[in-house]
Amino acid sequence: MRNYENVIYAYIIMLLLIICVGLFQSWSIALTILNYCLISAVMTIGANIQWGYAGLINFGIMGYTALGGLAVVLVSVDPVKKAWQVGGLNILGSIWIIVAIVFITRFILKRFEKSLIRNYSIAFLIIAGVILIRVTATPGIEAIESVDPAVSGFLGGMGLPVLMSWIIGAFLAGALAFIVGKIALGLRADYLAIATLLIAEIIVSIIKHEEWLARGVKNVIGLKRPAPYEVELQKTQWFRDFIEKIYSNKLELINTIAQKKIILNQLIIDASSIFVKLCFTSLFLSVVIILLIVTQKALYSPWGRKMRAIRDNEEAASAMGKNIVKEHLFIFILGSAIVGLAGAMMVTNDGLFTPGSYRPMRYTFVIWVMVIVGGTGNNFGAILGGFVVWFLWVEAAPISLFLIDLFTAHLPETNMIRSHLVESAPYFRFLLIGIGLLLIMRYRPQGIIPEKIIKQ
Amino acid sequence: MDFLNAIIVLFNFTVIPALAYGSQLALGAIFVTLIYAVLRFANFATGDMMSFGTMFAVILTYYFQSLGFGLGVLPTALLTIPFAILMMILYMLIIDKFVFSYYRVKKSPPVQFAMVSVGVMFVTQALIRIIIGPSDRRFLDGEKFIIKATEFKEMTGLAEGITLKSTQAITIIVTLIVVSIMFWFLNRTKTGTSMRAYSDNEDLALLSGIDPKRVVLITWVIAGILATIGGVLYGLDKSYRPFVYFNNMLPIFAAAIVGGIGNPYGAFFGGYVIAFAEILLTYSYKKFVAYLLPSSLEPNSLMQLLSTDYKFVVSFSILVIVLLIRPSGIFKGKTI
Repeated sequence: MRNYENVIYAYIIMLLLIICVGLFQSWSIALTILNYCLISAVMTIGANIQWGYAGLINFGIMGYTALGGLAVVLVSVDPVKKAWQVGGLNILGSIWIIVAIVFITRFILKRFEKSLIRNYSIAFLIIAGVILIRVTATPGIEAIESVDPAVSGFLGGMGLPVLMSWIIGAFLAGALAFIVGKIALGLRADYLAIATLLIAEIIVSIIKHEEWLARGVKNVIGLKRPAPYEVELQKTQWFRDFIEKIYSNKLELINTIAQKKIILNQLIIDASSIFVKLCFTSLFLSVVIILLIVTQKALYSPWGRKMRAIRDNEEAASAMGKNIVKEHLFIFILGSAIVGLAGAMMVTNDGLFTPGSYRPMRYTFVIWVMVIVGGTGNNFGAILGGFVVWFLWVEAAPISLFLIDLFTAHLPETNMIRSHLVESAPYFRFLLIGIGLLLIMRYRPQGIIPEKIIKQ
Repeated sequence: MDFLNAIIVLFNFTVIPALAYGSQLALGAIFVTLIYAVLRFANFATGDMMSFGTMFAVILTYYFQSLGFGLGVLPTALLTIPFAILMMILYMLIIDKFVFSYYRVKKSPPVQFAMVSVGVMFVTQALIRIIIGPSDRRFLDGEKFIIKATEFKEMTGLAEGITLKSTQAITIIVTLIVVSIMFWFLNRTKTGTSMRAYSDNEDLALLSGIDPKRVVLITWVIAGILATIGGVLYGLDKSYRPFVYFNNMLPIFAAAIVGGIGNPYGAFFGGYVIAFAEILLTYSYKKFVAYLLPSSLEPNSLMQLLSTDYKFVVSFSILVIVLLIRPSGIFKGKTI
């Protein structure tokens, strides 16, 4: 147990910080932060599998997150029948064309020797295919996008329960990782970083601009939830009774019935939002715990030792007969699938899908900072990193406002420097995260909770 | 006549913008490639460093304008570039002293350098936003156009006109001057040769008495010049907005890798490859085709291969294709 002492302390401090937010700001904010911390933790588990276990640098986390989010729309939204009628055939047709191009290209690559003619014919095939797709798809896309453009204008999803989308999101992200891995995994570390970063941009760009798919930058709102809605909860009898019971002491002190009712209503409204957030928290927490158990088991299994061996010395592992390309691909898929799951969780939590909000800063680099700060190769560390960095990311603005007020207290309100600093308070989070990363990299490169290797 | 009109349409809407955009990318790509060749890491703070230099130029431009200084028809920003470069070099040297030099001495793997540069990116981005704010700023003054479409039409009597913005001309000319001076420096001077030697084989260079500190210093100086000039030229041509500069890092990386990372000639060439590909593939050829074909065959679609939304996607796809077919880039990379 001694080994785990500092881990436990670190987590207790983190929980105390969140409780502090609950006491000083509000419980609703504290729970929102906690939920996002849990989602970040899932992302860092995914990134940590790739970077910590196998040493693969994946700067494309944003792409997999966005794909997971897309899965929520594709799975849980009800299908738009009219859109399918007017343009479904064209879309299906173009998908078949894409599949055909891929297979013909594969066939050519396998069947013919490497030559200039082969390259030109593949290039010609792809260009012809792109033109063919445009010809087939354009009328369909135009028709779909003109179906109630204000509220729909897209194909909709499958109308399945939203929790299904978490699994499908993971599968989609894994499938993408398979393709990306096949293309890019042979590259050197820094090339791989750049390639994955750019491929993620391609994915987000496609999601943003293909409006028939998920409304693009017009956003999809009002997604299904695995938790009850606040408004409905407020009408439910058992919930009202429950709140009345909890606050019965407080309510007894109030004399008039009318006032009692007003206060009770207010309490129920507050409590319903907290209740919904708690539902999400418990869902997310169970996902994190399951993932943690599985990844911990995997890390100390023969498979985990094999991955570490490959990470630490590729040549030696290869000489021992381990198939490095295959293992790298597998772990790349696994990590990306977990990130995709996190993306789906996040969109479910928000209840809306906003492709415009996917930016590499927030969804790739901050996640990386989480992994590095928390501790590479250690799942407890990675999760803690997710908590700490997300907490700082959210609370940096209030903290910096407080500090600015403290240091410029002697200046009058209208002072230029002071007002300028107060205006730019939101950007101190970048400064905080950046300096934090640099300090950790320099003085504790193994992270807050370093990797622990149990000798067997 | 129609044929001439078609050529002019193509020239006006693709060649001129692509040359200007390509020059801006080329400067950035040479910056990336130099850092990669001499200091041996992929600098993820590229876009923000360019933005940082431009920020000084913007602030100084406003200051000079308030004093009444100016260059007449030329933008005031050109006057501020030397000062901005000085500030930029100072910033880079401070960063190098406090951040990068530690890892260089320790001979850390390139991945660690890349992560450190991510930290620098965060800090730089924060400083920019705290100093100047995230909003969109235009700082172009002086004459806007060299040739206006209407004047061109009157002069030649053609139906189509050529517009040449002064920023485009300045971009292309300044880039050519800067890049030729840089290539002359790298190839003909003793310091340039020592940089190339250091990049080629560090140990051998040290053995032959090359001072590594000096090489690193000179690299940052050149990098500062390239970053600031590239950033200012882009800002003059479009506008200055910190977020856009971060995004520009991606096509710049694509250009550097497509040309062969570590090879300045390749980076220079790669910038134009990326720019032309982006613009040619997303340009709507309707007007161009309409001039060439008889009026009965006039196309009714836009004749566009990809929508302009996919501008960035084009450059990234080129990068992916190059990585697949020829990972070392068009020119062989990895040395200056």
